[in-house]
Amino acid sequence: MKNVLQLVWLIPLLPLIGFLINGLFRKQLSKSLTGIIGSGVILGSFVISLLIFLQVKAGHTAVVNLFDFIKVGKLSIPFSFQADQLSSLFLLIITGVGFLIHVYSAAYMHEEEGQHFARYFAYLNLFVFSMLLLVLGSNLVIMFIGWEGVGLCSYLLIGYWFKNVDYTNAAKKAFVMNRIGDLGFLLAIFWIINQFGTVTYGDLFKQVAEKANTLEGGVVITGITLLLFVGATGKSAQIPLYTWLPDAMAGPTPVSALIHAATMVTAGIYMIARSNIMYTLAPTTQAVVAIIGLATAVFAATIAIKQNDIKKVLAYSTVSQLGYMFLGLGVGAYTGAVFHVMTHAFFKALLFLGAGSVIHAMHHEQDIRKMGGLKKYLPITHITFLLGCIAIAGIPPFSGFFSKDEILAAAYAKNPVFWFIGVATAGMTAFYMFRLYATTFLGQFRGAEQLHGHHPHESPVAMTLPLIILAVLSVAGGWIGIPEVLMPNAHALEHFLDPIFAESVKHAHEGHHLDHSTEYVLMGASVGLAVIAIFYAIARYSKRPELGEPTGFGKVLANKWYVDELYNFIIVRPLQWLGKFLNSFVERDVIDWTVNGIGRLVGYSSRQVRLLQSGQVGSYVLLMVLGILAFFVIQFFVKK
Amino acid sequence: MNIEYYIVLSIALFCIGITGVLTRRNAIIIFMCIELMLNAVNLLLVAFSKMHHLKGVAANPTAGIDGQLFVFFIMVVAAAEVSVGLAIIVMMYRNVHSVDVNFLNRLKH
Repeated sequence: MKNVLQLVWLIPLLPLIGFLINGLFRKQLSKSLTGIIGSGVILGSFVISLLIFLQVKAGHTAVVNLFDFIKVGKLSIPFSFQADQLSSLFLLIITGVGFLIHVYSAAYMHEEEGQHFARYFAYLNLFVFSMLLLVLGSNLVIMFIGWEGVGLCSYLLIGYWFKNVDYTNAAKKAFVMNRIGDLGFLLAIFWIINQFGTVTYGDLFKQVAEKANTLEGGVVITGITLLLFVGATGKSAQIPLYTWLPDAMAGPTPVSALIHAATMVTAGIYMIARSNIMYTLAPTTQAVVAIIGLATAVFAATIAIKQNDIKKVLAYSTVSQLGYMFLGLGVGAYTGAVFHVMTHAFFKALLFLGAGSVIHAMHHEQDIRKMGGLKKYLPITHITFLLGCIAIAGIPPFSGFFSKDEILAAAYAKNPVFWFIGVATAGMTAFYMFRLYATTFLGQFRGAEQLHGHHPHESPVAMTLPLIILAVLSVAGGWIGIPEVLMPNAHALEHFLDPIFAESVKHAHEGHHLDHSTEYVLMGASVGLAVIAIFYAIARYSKRPELGEPTGFGKVLANKWYVDELYNFIIVRPLQWLGKFLNSFVERDVIDWTVNGIGRLVGYSSRQVRLLQSGQVGSYVLLMVLGILAFFVIQFFVKK
Repeated sequence: MNIEYYIVLSIALFCIGITGVLTRRNAIIIFMCIELMLNAVNLLLVAFSKMHHLKGVAANPTAGIDGQLFVFFIMVVAAAEVSVGLAIIVMMYRNVHSVDVNFLNRLKH
């Protein structure tokens, strides 16, 4: 059975095949066949991932070398896959959640035309392929290929309904924002090649650990990690590059669930977790990561409180939760961050799919002010959505509690201020999630106008089944990481991921472990705040939801702190102005003038010279004679 | 005889030729002036050839002889030119009943 590890290349290959079939034969395949192929390949990948996970759990890891990708001089970049603890965990999340979302999509997108339906599945498969490449690659360059691939697929899927200009603009925004981050990543790779001559994880991290002791090495590593982090802020939607993620909700809802909540946006977390040793050796970068993460968490949470689009709330909540993960990475709680990636993938995919189910039932209405009272009409969606909300709010024993608690405990050990802000954010999270829940599912039904008097109906089984599975995972997913204080030796995930983070733990300055009573207090505080927020939100919004336009400070929040406007003002406008200036002055008055001037000069001079050709033979001869005379005269003087 | 006499005569002939070409409009006279210039050059070549021959004959019996060879070449080329040129002039006269070169400047159009 050890050979299973050698089959790791099949995992990304299957979605690639699915992409090719669905993409090339999109006009021939029937819708059901497309759905079966699209989901089937992911299921195949999931089965292999599961086998590999079991192997890795038994203690086997492998680097599978497929072929040489780049070989120049001393630099050798193999195309190879790495099956170890971290990648196998991500494989399970991607293919598992991915498969559920594929099944869900088959039902959700059923109204689409056959050809576009196949295009959708082709993009989804390509996305899963890229994401698997990102996670499996055994060096940074392969990761970068996957990194770019997911960026591209994100662009394609956000702009899936390409006839809507707003949607294509959102797609462009996502692409450009991602490119800004990617540039940082690319520069980091170049710098790494320049400094260490290798991009393969194993060699690289060994060299980094040796080099970090020197002052110069420390500076270099800090610079590299900061650049890598720039890449992560782009892909994982952190300040200042986060604005694309809420706009990315223009894509179909299952895409938001898969790409913009569960998988792609966690690529930055994966990258930092993968290169954890470099971050541990660069405390400055770690502090930056923690502060940016925390700031993003708070900032996005405040915005989420006043959003009225069901998907926008979830989008800002995703940004906020990603901020938590970065906080975890920044304070050295790598396991906690990866744990939160996993639980977040479960409950955020659940919430998005639940939102999709609501949108489906409401005939593509996304404004929660026009919903309300859906509890009665969508029982399964309601229950699963409620479970997801509780999970994200961090109520024990739901999964979100354990992962969030681990990050918060580590943050407290690092700096109590981090903890305090983190808990405040957790309270806000509970508040806005239950504001969303109460406005959508409780109270009176307000959508009769939208549905022309009909009642909304529960979604088909292909949509509710993934919801149920994800709900179970959201409830139980946290039990693999129960903290030491509640149940000794129950943190299975930490033991599992030990080999990945062992080096960092060794290098990290002796973290002061919290004593048990402190931990109980911290947990109690965060849970207590969450419970208060939940009851306050339900009490406030179930009977009298906020239907009017927000005023005062609420308006600032509803308009997202005017960050888009600010970016427009300080970046887009000056760039447009510069472009206009370059176009109207440099292009027209300098470059065009020069080029046209040369043409005009040639034309003018040839018009003048043309006059010499008069056709008078005598004048030609005269010129010849004058020329020869001039020649003689010149020679006469030069000789002298 | 001194070489200077020959040079002066050649220059005089040559200048007469040039002046004729520049000032006259009759094609036949221009033609004759061209011949005059060619022959001025021929005269000069023969004169220099003779001079060098006399100076260098002791060392080399064929010294300076190539100048006279050139003269033959020039005469042959001039004969060929005359035949072509006269043919052109004849054709020109048949077509436009004139041998005025200025009349021919319509060729440029």
